[in-house]
Amino acid sequence: MSRIPRMLLLLAAGLLLVAVRLPLWRVSLVAPQYPEGLGMVIDAHTVRGAKENDLGNINALNHYIGMKAIDPTAIPELRVMPWVIVGLAVFAAGGALVGRRKVAIAWLASFAALGAVGLWDFWKWEYTYGHDLDMVHAIIKVPGMTYQPPLIGSKQLLNFTATSWPASGTYVLALAFLLGVSALVVTRWMGPVATSKPARAAGASRVAVA
Amino acid sequence: MKIPLKRSAGLAIAGIAAVGIIYACAGQRTATTNLVTGDAASKVYVAPGSYDEYYAFMSGGYSGQVSVYGLPSGRLLKLIPVFSQFAEDAYGYDAESKPLLETTYGFIPWDDSHHPELSMTDGVPDGRWLFINANNTPRIARIDLTRFETDEIIQIPNSAGGHASPFTTPNTKYVVSATRFSVPIPNTDVPIDSYKKSFKGTLSFITADQPGKMDIAFQILMPGYNYDLGHAGKGPSDGWFFFTSYNSEQANTKLEENASQNDKDYIAAVNYKRAEECVAQGQAKPMAVEYFHNYVDPGSRTAKSEKKTSVKVIDPVNCAGVVYYLPTPKSPHGVDVDPTGEYIVAGGKLATVIPVHSFTKLQKAIADKAFDKTVDGIPVLKYDAVVAGEVQKPGLGPLHTEFDGKGFAYTSMFISSEVVKWKLGTWEVVDRIPTYYSIGHLMIPGGDSKKPWGKYLVAMNKITKDRYLPTGPEMAQSAQLIDISGDKMKLLLDFPTIGEPHYAQALPASLIKDKQVKFHKLAENTNPWVTKSEADGGITRAGKKIDIKMIAIRSHFAPDNIEGVQVGDTVNFHVTNIEQDWDILHGFAVLGAQTSELILQPGETRTLTWIPKGPGVYPFYCTDFCSALHQEMQGYIRVSPAGSSVKLMANVSKKAQAQLAEAQKEK
Repeated sequence: MSRIPRMLLLLAAGLLLVAVRLPLWRVSLVAPQYPEGLGMVIDAHTVRGAKENDLGNINALNHYIGMKAIDPTAIPELRVMPWVIVGLAVFAAGGALVGRRKVAIAWLASFAALGAVGLWDFWKWEYTYGHDLDMVHAIIKVPGMTYQPPLIGSKQLLNFTATSWPASGTYVLALAFLLGVSALVVTRWMGPVATSKPARAAGASRVAVA
Repeated sequence: MKIPLKRSAGLAIAGIAAVGIIYACAGQRTATTNLVTGDAASKVYVAPGSYDEYYAFMSGGYSGQVSVYGLPSGRLLKLIPVFSQFAEDAYGYDAESKPLLETTYGFIPWDDSHHPELSMTDGVPDGRWLFINANNTPRIARIDLTRFETDEIIQIPNSAGGHASPFTTPNTKYVVSATRFSVPIPNTDVPIDSYKKSFKGTLSFITADQPGKMDIAFQILMPGYNYDLGHAGKGPSDGWFFFTSYNSEQANTKLEENASQNDKDYIAAVNYKRAEECVAQGQAKPMAVEYFHNYVDPGSRTAKSEKKTSVKVIDPVNCAGVVYYLPTPKSPHGVDVDPTGEYIVAGGKLATVIPVHSFTKLQKAIADKAFDKTVDGIPVLKYDAVVAGEVQKPGLGPLHTEFDGKGFAYTSMFISSEVVKWKLGTWEVVDRIPTYYSIGHLMIPGGDSKKPWGKYLVAMNKITKDRYLPTGPEMAQSAQLIDISGDKMKLLLDFPTIGEPHYAQALPASLIKDKQVKFHKLAENTNPWVTKSEADGGITRAGKKIDIKMIAIRSHFAPDNIEGVQVGDTVNFHVTNIEQDWDILHGFAVLGAQTSELILQPGETRTLTWIPKGPGVYPFYCTDFCSALHQEMQGYIRVSPAGSSVKLMANVSKKAQAQLAEAQKEK
């Protein structure tokens, strides 16, 4: 790979490191009694209230429908997720260093797979919280009603309109992914490595290996 | 206003009839009545969900409280309890707030609040605090404007009738309090007709810029007149304070007549920087007195009382240059300083003119020693040497003046029931508008400050009569909102008020609306009886005293089944609202309690004390509709005869619940 795609991969690695510290998803809840809204933010390592005490207040309301308290310490994936993203960053940086197209493809593939698993896992937690209700102690029981918020978009859950959207971290991750894709595209456009002007260092190392 | 006008409406009406004749001779009442024009409704209409432009703080008068209105809508936003018990939210009833109303006379459940004063920075309201005076048992309260709550009350010793209070200096270094009623100082058993010999007035300067630390910096001993109102100088007159006085006749009976003899009474001009020098030089004598200082500890939200035992008193005889008297016609009431700080406007209740003194001339008169005489060490300046001008034929019964910052002054006329607009410097009347009826104070947002927001004027009237649907012999007092943005004043709105607003102050909502506290952080609650989670609740007995620690959260109390209490016990319910959400309050009341309910703001702990009178089971419940299951938010407390073997029990922990279940099985 030439210098440009390798720089793109390096940039993708940097973005991944940035994304670790950014909110990945946001669920907002608006009701007649909550014109200012309540909100939940999913970071790589935790789930927190959008405003101070929002999570506590969401849990306080959820006890009416028998939903389990949302407790970030009870979600083991949150302990793993930052390292997964950091791992992807290291992978991308490694790809930039070795400059091999196959490594970049492998990185992109694992990125896509892990992203898909992450989304599925998030959906699964939403499903669990929304369906696994304590119907013995629930105060408000609406036959057939479950309280799974949408993965993306809006949904009416009793008096609350729940709206769920990716947050800045996810957009940064998507950008990192697109940079990876671009790196491959650029590599294809520019043709074989040897004709690439700026890739002198890479070419030199290749000669040495040869 | 110092006259109990509402109660003497007949007298006032008679007065109006009598002076009506004089007034007809004085002539020149504007033919038009300046009544509402077509667009008035849109000018006061604040659409649902929209906010008012100003917060207005009105005193409650004999209600002892402060009411908060939005302007221009005239909508009531809140009542802030200050000097009177308020069963609605347990102010002055629960253990946490009662110490605020402690005085050297013991606990006092009521007072008469007159003058709200906003704290200022550089002579402009800054939205930190509101101060207000208690007239009957002289005190000054501080209200925090991030919570709209009374946080501090200081008692004023050597004073009776704290009327000229709590006007503030431009940077809120001091608020003041002057005696409306002179009394023997120290107060002793003397014949009332020894007034001239033994009665004195005091002017008190109270440090006010440190929350929780108000203290009396010094008092100035004054001749035994009635000190009525005051205002601080500003700009060039910064460092001076002006107080009106009447009854320079020193009458002690039938003041109505006997205190209305002299053509002129006095404005006391106090150089408080000079007073500070005298204090620094040891010229102020410490005097043994007792007074209370009460303040709310922020962590526990519990008021504490401390008794103080000494105050520094300055006798003007020993501190030359601290006070001068400005002769002022006649029985002056209000004294108001214009935004530039140059003009000192007096409202001579019985005067036929509005006299305006000049600060420049005042300084020259002092330098030239243009004195008429000296009273108890206080030089009386020559009227002609200090007066800048007089507003001629302003109307009848001038009381108070506020300013629009555009060179105009607005004076309330009690007897002719109108607001008169006149020009500073030329002293010509340029407009007048009737009020309904008998206006006392008037208020322009920031109208006594360096930078008035001169868009609206509020007239606070003493007599209501036919302005609203009648409600029996007593009607709500009435206020009127007047548009002063143009050349002509225009009446926009009538609105009823709470108690008797004497004075009011207002400021743009933007100065405080975004600083509002939404809940108290439970983690920072240091109340000794706080219960931070359900599992921490419980019950303890110490002799005949029972303490119950309880939480309130949507939609239950924990514990909610309590047993083991006996007749003869005193039961303290220490309830903590563990919600951490805006406007989610809970209440607490128990059957037969001879006190008010509790109202619990999110995150705070309050205590209701209950002495059960007989055996039985008593319900308690949440009084503030908190949630969909509010009606289920209740519990029971069982009271057994004295000496009963029923065990102390509160169903908080799983263990306690198991024990309760066991106990029920056995039955």
